[in-house]
Amino acid sequence: MSATASTLTPGRPVTVHPERATTFKDQNRRAQGRMAAWFLAPTVIGITLFTLIPMAASIVLAFFSWDIISAPRFVGLRNFQTIATNPTIRVSFLNTFGFVVVAVILQLVVALGLAVLLQTKMPGWLRGFLRSAFFFPLILSAASVSLIMSYLFNEDFGTVNKMLALVGLGPVKWLTTAAGAMVVIVLVYVWQNFGFTFLLFIGGLSSIPTDVYEASSIDGASGWSQFVRITLPLVSPTMLVASVMAIISALQIFDQPYVLTRGGPGDATRTAVMVIYQSAFTELHFGLAAAIGLVLMVIIMLATWAQFKLSRKFVFYM
Amino acid sequence: MSSNVDKPVAAVHHRISASLVGRVVVLLIALFLTLGPVIWTLVVSLTPTDSLGQRTLSLTAFRDVFSQVDVIRLFWNSTLVTGLCAIGQMFTAALAGYAFARLRFRGSSLLFGIVLATMMIPMQVTIVPVFMIIRSMGLSDTLWALILPAIPTAFGTFLMRQNFMGIPESLTEAAQVDGASPWRTFRSIYLPLSVPGLAVVGILAFNGIWNEFFRPLIMTISEQNFTLPLGLVSLQGRLGTGSMSTVLAGVVLSMIPALIVFIFGQRPLREGLTAGAVK
Repeated sequence: MSATASTLTPGRPVTVHPERATTFKDQNRRAQGRMAAWFLAPTVIGITLFTLIPMAASIVLAFFSWDIISAPRFVGLRNFQTIATNPTIRVSFLNTFGFVVVAVILQLVVALGLAVLLQTKMPGWLRGFLRSAFFFPLILSAASVSLIMSYLFNEDFGTVNKMLALVGLGPVKWLTTAAGAMVVIVLVYVWQNFGFTFLLFIGGLSSIPTDVYEASSIDGASGWSQFVRITLPLVSPTMLVASVMAIISALQIFDQPYVLTRGGPGDATRTAVMVIYQSAFTELHFGLAAAIGLVLMVIIMLATWAQFKLSRKFVFYM
Repeated sequence: MSSNVDKPVAAVHHRISASLVGRVVVLLIALFLTLGPVIWTLVVSLTPTDSLGQRTLSLTAFRDVFSQVDVIRLFWNSTLVTGLCAIGQMFTAALAGYAFARLRFRGSSLLFGIVLATMMIPMQVTIVPVFMIIRSMGLSDTLWALILPAIPTAFGTFLMRQNFMGIPESLTEAAQVDGASPWRTFRSIYLPLSVPGLAVVGILAFNGIWNEFFRPLIMTISEQNFTLPLGLVSLQGRLGTGSMSTVLAGVVLSMIPALIVFIFGQRPLREGLTAGAVK
């Protein structure tokens, strides 16, 4: 920090007064503090107003019954009891868990599979094109994608059923049966989001040194055993990060079931965030909505924590 | 294991090419499944059914979408919200990121820790109180209800801090020796060097806000404040399944800006999306 002769441009006359040097430093420090306050103000005020205060308010609100019109009433743990006993809310959480398990596994398998296949020897432009294509659905809005898919999976004139008919299958009642609707939600979600996991795996795979593969093929290892014994262990740190991020985002699913099924048929595709939305903005149970939100957040944190715990057993760091 | 070595070379080659064919086939199927729905959307929007029930190439679906819904208004709302959020995020994240990276002040690491921790809080958990705060500010059912809460960005601040820390600190010392004030050091030296980082923050903001559905659904009530995704979903609800081409024409229109960003900003977008994972 101090002005030493070596950092000065040569040829400039310099007289160093020790006392002036310290006052300059002091002034500089005070100027930095003042500047930091100004620089941080927008972000700190914004995060306080729109994240920290709302977070605290949600925790308080979760113990109240409030419909905006009348004054909030303290109800203790009643909202949490409702979450445990109300059939719609319970089913929504179970739907969400089921969705997360299937969607995340499918997403990881598809993404890792395609990332490994993309390592096949091929011209650079082709590799670039395929990478862009697999990543493309990420830039679309989930609402637009769901609109497109609602036509593709239409029972009567949808292209999916037409293609199934060509091979003598169907017609499948995609959006009007519980199982069919859930399958569509999973497929639509994974279709749009596997590209993100795919990008993570591309990065993870590129950090595996090629001489490991070369050495193993000299030893006679085939493609599959190379995948199981080299690729999988060496890509496991990426797998951990990718699965944590995929689970966090899948637990918050809302757009696809809202547009495709509105949670139906019955409650078959109702998710946790959908009941937050409905409790708050159609039934005006703001306290209950806050409580459901808190439960969802605790689940997200527990899932993240559990994965990092588990990872000590399964993740291999080079 | 060792039997592989004894095999004649031709057989090994044969096996490799068979597996190569398999790989190409799987990649082609994946490509078809990924791009198929997008191409199908484009085709259907350009070939609406005419009065005889025949599909013909025409732009009538695009004309219809303009007459059925105020597309110009939806585009304007989406552009305004997305643009102001992106600019606001770049501005606030650059300032805060610089303060955390290069300014020395008390409580710096504690404050940074708090900012980082807020990334763990899902938006759905805070949406009800945010709605109340916006309401008490008298901003409910305005575009500001979408813009203001989306400007402070913990992730953007984190990205910009990383970015500024990658710029050698010797530049600060050199600038101070030359008598530059801390502000001058930021404005004339660091800010120009951080343009790639700002591009990442801006493009991520664009991608997130342009496509957003949940917040507009809650924060806006009157149709004149809808953004594109919300407008298109309500258009489908109004028209039923009959005019597929009209809705898909709207979808195609809403994709155009995202496509432009994808073509010109794919690298910063990729870097930004994966930045949280690799740090």
